[in-house]
Amino acid sequence: MQGFAARHPFWALVIIVVAAALIWLVFAPWPDALEDLIGRKKVFLNAVIGGITLGALYFLVAAGFTLIFGLMRNVNLAHGSLYLVGGYLGFEVAEATGLWLLAFPVVFVIVGAFGLLLQNQVFRRMEGEELRQTMVTIGISVVMADLMLWIWGAQSYTLITPEWIAGPATLPIISAVKSNGELVYLKFPAVRVAIFFAALVIGVAMWLVLNRTRLGMLVRAGVDDRDMLQASGVRIQYVFLAVFAFGAGLAGMGGIVGGTFQSLTPGEDTRYLLASLVVVIVGGMGSIPGAAIGALIIGLSEQIGVVYAPTYSVVFTFLIMAVVLAFRPQGLLGARL
Amino acid sequence: MTKWIIGAVSAAALLAPFGAAAEGTIKIGVLAALDGVFATGAQDGVKNIELAIMENKGMAGGKKIEFVVAPTDTTPDTTIRQARKLIEQDQVDFIIGPLSGSEGLAMRDYSKTIPDKTVINGVSGALETTFVDPSPNFFRFNLDGAQMGAGLGTYVVEEKGWKKVATIAADYAFGYTNFMGFAVDFCKAGGEIVERYWIPLGSGDFGGVIAALPDDVDAIYLGVGGTDAINFLNQYEQAGGETNLIGGSIMADQTVLTSKGRAKEALAGTPSSGLMADENTDPAWLAYVKRYQEAFPESERLPSPSLFGVGYYLATKAALQALDEIGGDLSDGQKKFHAALSELKLESPVGLITLNENRQAIGPVFINEVVEGPNGDLENKFIKRIDGVTQTLGLSREEFDEKVGLPSRDVVNCEALQPAG
Repeated sequence: MQGFAARHPFWALVIIVVAAALIWLVFAPWPDALEDLIGRKKVFLNAVIGGITLGALYFLVAAGFTLIFGLMRNVNLAHGSLYLVGGYLGFEVAEATGLWLLAFPVVFVIVGAFGLLLQNQVFRRMEGEELRQTMVTIGISVVMADLMLWIWGAQSYTLITPEWIAGPATLPIISAVKSNGELVYLKFPAVRVAIFFAALVIGVAMWLVLNRTRLGMLVRAGVDDRDMLQASGVRIQYVFLAVFAFGAGLAGMGGIVGGTFQSLTPGEDTRYLLASLVVVIVGGMGSIPGAAIGALIIGLSEQIGVVYAPTYSVVFTFLIMAVVLAFRPQGLLGARL
Repeated sequence: MTKWIIGAVSAAALLAPFGAAAEGTIKIGVLAALDGVFATGAQDGVKNIELAIMENKGMAGGKKIEFVVAPTDTTPDTTIRQARKLIEQDQVDFIIGPLSGSEGLAMRDYSKTIPDKTVINGVSGALETTFVDPSPNFFRFNLDGAQMGAGLGTYVVEEKGWKKVATIAADYAFGYTNFMGFAVDFCKAGGEIVERYWIPLGSGDFGGVIAALPDDVDAIYLGVGGTDAINFLNQYEQAGGETNLIGGSIMADQTVLTSKGRAKEALAGTPSSGLMADENTDPAWLAYVKRYQEAFPESERLPSPSLFGVGYYLATKAALQALDEIGGDLSDGQKKFHAALSELKLESPVGLITLNENRQAIGPVFINEVVEGPNGDLENKFIKRIDGVTQTLGLSREEFDEKVGLPSRDVVNCEALQPAG
């Protein structure tokens, strides 16, 4: 990081100026001229924070996807199905017990175990055959989509948020100043704030595990050179199992989150698979910080797009992807393959 | 993919008892958007086609009726591809469908290339489908989106006293059209539209738009449907929204009312309009609901037919009735069938439906209000029925062209329609 400023003084300056401008936009009360130009501050803040929280959801889903790809070179196209099945199971658990929080560990374990099974029974048998694995994962996603349609039908499901995070929360950010000088603070759905912090904790924990533990060291070594790691006597199959289960469990938990602030219906699986693919392509295949940055960019562009340019908002995501592919095909933080 | 199975199973189920297709059979191709935001509605549409055929004992005009389902995903290109497949591979005699607005427009144009066949619209509601350059073999027995919105504006102004609204509607053909029906009526009654928002179909996340809504309005008009509606309501509640809501025609539908979770609770007290009312007390409607409930086990159907279901039901009933009238004679480029459909007086569960010179339905609109039913489920309470709504919303064609025009984002000039003074 220190090296970056020394090597690219110009870009470092640009980044600092943009960051400062953003911080000013978020925390300072807006002058009237600016409000006339781009609308009320409340709208802007909501779009930005909404985008960040949406990005948090995308991150939860895409992190497992990118980790699995990075380590096993396996494009798991059934990842969206893991998301949706996690959401449905979460709904059932929350409905049966009335405990929204309990759904998270239960779903993590069940979907994670399902991931173990997939890795151990399916992918292990076709190691190194990338095309075959890709086709098989498409097949699995089709079968799972039909099974889910059979079990849960075509209705929409939304998970009920528990009382303590239902409704809006007041954030310590000033959204407007009333004429009598009183400060109006920003109100934002509490559940989305909670989910943002949860994603932050998970992201930091993943980073710590990857960079500070022996398992993380194995995973990183595997991402860099799988054959060498295997040759040095590591039982790489166990590492694969652990990573696959963790990635699957994370996607399942993503399903609960998605079911809480959006909804669960047939078709959401492919929507989230596509979102994960875009996030991972933008961020760089196999990189966790890349997934975080990709998710943030996609979430923000969707939310800001839908508020300020609804007609074109659908295009922004793919425009970003196209630009990244054109100028940095390995993704923003991806290693050169 | 799910569509494959549904398609294959329904085809197999119909074929099995009768054996292979024979001389005396008429084959219907069904276009239903079984993928995407309207999946629930499309499923109900297929159920209602089954019901209508069952009511006719699987026969019409002395011939056996079969149907093949071709699943679409609400996009025009998939719809055309599937329609081609139905006509060319499955060799169906006519098509019932599609479901959504832009699909309908595509099918109007496609139908012109197959003049010897017939297309009976499923439930798609774009105004232009039968208003601009109509196709001689495209028939629509459901009201278009603008007709479905008629009457609601007057109701909210006069009965509820909501005169200042902001609107959020889906950014596609049906969204514009349905909004237009509401807006023409609302402005004529003296209402004022403060701000209009258009959101892309299937956006999923509305946080930014919810925040952008002005605080000083009497109500918010919501012209979205399916999962978009559920996501909006969910997020609206999480953001602590409390303003009154006015529903577009696909907002307060069974699809939304039967969803699992708390999202729909924000809907209680919301008036909307559409081509049906759940609590309609008309005996014909009650009998239809009873038949629907008896035909399918509870786990496989909605508590009562959805708007989408009713649309497909009307289309199938019209087709079967016309086939009965002409004795199933589809020879000579289906000329007799076209004539019979044009002249049809359809005594349907929702009331009398006839076609105008563009082969577009003239029929009743229902004003409903969402209330909590006796067992805690939300229902549409029937408020009133407005009969014989025409395609130009009671204006003359000239007046309509001058003051309203074709649906687009900013078409309804509210001030021109507001009463003078």
